[in-house]
Amino acid sequence: MSILLTKETRVICQGFTGSQGTFHSEQAIAYGTNMVGGVTPGKGGQTHLGLPVFNTVADAVAQTGAEASVIYVPAAFCKDSILEAAFAGIKLIVCITEGIPTLDMLDVKVKCDELGVRLIGPNCPGVITPGESKIGIMPGNIHMPGRVGIVSRSGTLTYEAVKQTTDFGFGQSSCVGIGGDPIPGSNFIDILALFEQDPQTEAIVMIGEIGGTAEEEAAAYIKAHVTKPVVSYIAGVTAPAGKRMGHAGAIISGGKGTAAEKFAALEDAGVKTVKSLADIGNGIKEITGW
Amino acid sequence: MNLHEYQAKQLFAEYGLPVSTGFAVDTPEEAAAAADKIGGDKWVVKAQVHAGGRGKAGGVKLVTSKEEIKAFAEKWLGKNLVTYQTDANGQPVSKILVETCTDIAQELYLGAVVDRSSRRIVFMASTEGGVEIEKVAEETPDKILRAIIDPLVGAQPFQARELAYKLGLNDLQVKQFTKLFLGLAKLFVDFDLALLEINPLVLTEQGNLHCLDGKINIDSNAMYRQPKLREMHDPSQDDEREALAAKWELNYVALDGNIGCMVNGAGLAMGTMDIVQLHGGAPANFLDVGGGATKERVTEAFKIILSDKNVKAVLINIFGGIVRCDMIAEGIIGAVSEVGVTVPVVVRLEGNNAELGRTVLRDSGLNIIAASSLTDAAEKVVAAAGGVK
Repeated sequence: MSILLTKETRVICQGFTGSQGTFHSEQAIAYGTNMVGGVTPGKGGQTHLGLPVFNTVADAVAQTGAEASVIYVPAAFCKDSILEAAFAGIKLIVCITEGIPTLDMLDVKVKCDELGVRLIGPNCPGVITPGESKIGIMPGNIHMPGRVGIVSRSGTLTYEAVKQTTDFGFGQSSCVGIGGDPIPGSNFIDILALFEQDPQTEAIVMIGEIGGTAEEEAAAYIKAHVTKPVVSYIAGVTAPAGKRMGHAGAIISGGKGTAAEKFAALEDAGVKTVKSLADIGNGIKEITGW
Repeated sequence: MNLHEYQAKQLFAEYGLPVSTGFAVDTPEEAAAAADKIGGDKWVVKAQVHAGGRGKAGGVKLVTSKEEIKAFAEKWLGKNLVTYQTDANGQPVSKILVETCTDIAQELYLGAVVDRSSRRIVFMASTEGGVEIEKVAEETPDKILRAIIDPLVGAQPFQARELAYKLGLNDLQVKQFTKLFLGLAKLFVDFDLALLEINPLVLTEQGNLHCLDGKINIDSNAMYRQPKLREMHDPSQDDEREALAAKWELNYVALDGNIGCMVNGAGLAMGTMDIVQLHGGAPANFLDVGGGATKERVTEAFKIILSDKNVKAVLINIFGGIVRCDMIAEGIIGAVSEVGVTVPVVVRLEGNNAELGRTVLRDSGLNIIAASSLTDAAEKVVAAAGGVK
């Protein structure tokens, strides 16, 4: 079993014929992803990478039965692309693009929730079920099918965790990069809930960063709902407080958001925290006895 | 991107919100002339920098003569103002705002941010305006009133009334507050703001609401569709090296240590700084070279890192996802040769073709130390920079 994505999941790509869409779709196909087509307005009817190109997501869904879409279109057009996919009946949307205006994401998030659409990202590496399917920009070769579920706000930090779990021989059930934007389509809690229910996932790695209160909220959720062992690393202990402007940011976060606060909240929830990025694999070994 | 107070007030005025008459000036002479244009015999002069805490730092003054205005302008123009919200160097003052003096009966607080937790724009208001507002929020959070804006219907007048009555305003003031609240909510959305703050929002002795200060921060991702705000950008408020880095799409933040860091990915860059510190070193910077660690960008990144004279060693940590590590190694070698790096460089390459990449580095004949793991890299760079501090 896996969360979100299997080798059967029919996937299309929005921004299919662009350079990013082309490169990463080639990689995905080589990995085994069940790519069934792509969308580029104005290029409908063409064939690209041996797959049909459609003008609209609605056409692609009607003709291929696509269930998932990966988005590589430029940031200015992402709101439109995500909503197009959501209204066309796509149930899993993975948006890789970074730099989407926050106010666009406020609207998109409301609509995706209303339509029951699972949005991953934006500004994320994507989702992979090792050995089955990947949608996103992560290197497939560092993964190994196995029993650790990984969820992270950061792309390259996810790769570090993946590599360590592969090197230790644990492997991964699924890896989800939720992205580092202020308003992500899915947060830690959404993915933790999926891992908790997934029989293949025996332990969970959660990688956070300073800023916001997503990790504190996840800690409260873990305490109440997660029975599987969780290892967590938070990046940014040494990051400086920095210049700031006014008080509103501090008031809304109520003093939360530092690495120390996040570590404390997670430890209180029974999570095994590691202070060094290099200790994620060891941390899993320690709490699972594997 | 941040706006200056005078720019924020220009936007407030355009949205029909009550602000003082004032002029932003560049010279002491213009400052004195501004007082003439405004008239009266009492003015407020305010140093324009992108930070709060100006009053306590001497950057705001009530004055009663043109000589005082000139003296204030001479004191601050071209100098840096250090407040508790800036770094130790402070922010340069290139403009002074000269304003009419407002008689204050009460100081309120009104702010708005995009709140990550509720995924909404949230307005915050309080009767406890002024410099101690963060303390108020921490110690008596129930004194911070909130209004959550629904993205689909936007801010509604009833939300303004709810806040206004809780703030203890009278019926006339409630009407003023409603206009202010709706105007600010529209401004927030129209200009893709990330933060908006009026502290203090004052009640004048005549009983009217008045925006005495204005702070605006704009979502940098939205700048492409905000041409008017792009023109308001003041590069003098940006860190010089950070601005140069941004030109090359490098994300750089200067720190106080002596170990330069070059990493791909913001999360891994923070993780690398953390591990350097964990092994007894002190990072000199945060630098994210992004996904494409090409020779050109690595070269520019080296130049920026080495422009900090405290740097005694450099740690390069690249997780070559889809990019091949041997290609990255060639880029690093090219950059080291071109820039003429004299400090030791420790490189940790991981991912695609990592072993080949390490061999290429080892055979380069340059002062490059190849590390076999993250921990090994941290230990080696701390040693190269002179050991544990």
